Amino acid sequence: MEEKREESWQPKIIAFLCNWCSYAGADLAGVSRYQYPPSIRIVRVPCSGRVSPNMILDALRSGADGVLVSGCHPGDCHYISGNFYARRRFALFKRFLEFIGIEPDRVNFTWISASEGEQFAQVAREVTERVKRLGPARKLVKEIEPCPQ
Amino acid sequence: MSTINEKITTEIRKVAKELLEKDEVAAFLGYTEGTVPMVMKPFVARRPEDVEKLFWNSFCVLNLANYLPLVLQSLEPPRRPNDPLPEGPLPRVGVLATGCWSRNMVVQIKENQIERERVIIVGISSRGMVDRKKVQAQVDHLEITEVIEEDHKLIVKGPGFTKEINRWDVVRDNCKSCVHPDPVIYDEVIGDFSGGRQVPKRFGDIQEIEDMDIEERWKWFQEEISSCIRCYACRNACPLCYCPTCFVDDSRPQWVGKSIDKTDTALFHILRAFHCAGRCTDCGACESACPMGIRMRLFTKKLYKDCMELYGFEPGLRIDEPLPLTTFKLEDPQDYILQQGQKGEEK
Repeated sequence: MEEKREESWQPKIIAFLCNWCSYAGADLAGVSRYQYPPSIRIVRVPCSGRVSPNMILDALRSGADGVLVSGCHPGDCHYISGNFYARRRFALFKRFLEFIGIEPDRVNFTWISASEGEQFAQVAREVTERVKRLGPARKLVKEIEPCPQ
Repeated sequence: MSTINEKITTEIRKVAKELLEKDEVAAFLGYTEGTVPMVMKPFVARRPEDVEKLFWNSFCVLNLANYLPLVLQSLEPPRRPNDPLPEGPLPRVGVLATGCWSRNMVVQIKENQIERERVIIVGISSRGMVDRKKVQAQVDHLEITEVIEEDHKLIVKGPGFTKEINRWDVVRDNCKSCVHPDPVIYDEVIGDFSGGRQVPKRFGDIQEIEDMDIEERWKWFQEEISSCIRCYACRNACPLCYCPTCFVDDSRPQWVGKSIDKTDTALFHILRAFHCAGRCTDCGACESACPMGIRMRLFTKKLYKDCMELYGFEPGLRIDEPLPLTTFKLEDPQDYILQQGQKGEEK
């Protein structure tokens, strides 16, 4: 544990990016060669409205130190209104997670368009920084206890 | 002189008998006495002579809306999944409803679980239901063999003791903070409506938890759910939980493990509460059904509070308003969204 808190520790962050904007934004960050920390693991989803709280919790349970959900800017959704529904859902969900004691910086939401490669790199750096400050996530990680001998 | 509850019971029987005799309804959903004191069970009267079994008192803690879709379905002629509905009006059901139950029926109507035309709602203004666990605590968890209810007190009897308890002292927490005791939709009325209640600190219990710091809240959450045995009584008692396959029973993908591991339990409670967001009316059936005394209503109440704060929405009050998570506004608050150049909290 202490070892992990060292400066070299890189958090694992699961990023749910929408296919139409944020994923393309991440792609643009790649082809434009913007530097960002290698802590982000991207899962491509059709729309930010596709992301359910189950998926975020599943990531945290499986040992992710942080989660990032990103979709198109409000009004730019490929499916017209998917991100508006997502916005309501996650507003409630994030407040609820904070209510039960999950640090607010663990679960992050943002809007990134397909042309915002630099912004994607910026967000990736920022989220990594936030999660690094918190250290490894242990609260919702499922650990199998060894059998009593 | 008869008590308020006895008067209501007589009235319920009269209304139910009339509805059944006139064939307005094929079944009447109410409560009957259980086999032990302080436990009432839902009861479906299908013949006019059955109505004598109907009872009303302060222990009707479960939510009758929960049974409504099943009772309605049981009255439809049997058919295969893809067969069309039979022609002509389907049999109707009479049901008792207090404020929260009727609001749950509004939610069920909006979610196409029941049809408004097929239910005859008999509205009763709720005086607040009594928490069995609080009564047991008052008599140091001794065995209770009889409880006699008067208007403002309960007389609790057991082997070798008799105790008088002030009724309001043992009323459930959600009923104490309730501001909508009167039914929202109804066809018949029993007794008088109270005209709403004023509660000084409606979300006082939530505020208390919000005021703690994050680690304290996590500790509180862990302690609250630590006794959970994952019996899912809270889910089964809930009128909102009608999915044919619940997320806890899903195995591919398995969102929640089936053990009583603390992470699995936490995920179950987080997701169960979240599924009720914007729909839960704080009826308290989950808490009353819990054998371990977990106060899981605090989780749903937090979401209730947030829905009110963020979207000005209270579930089930208006039948023409969409549920908050099925709609949106362009100007919805989004201050939680990460903006460029915005730094996180310094630790």
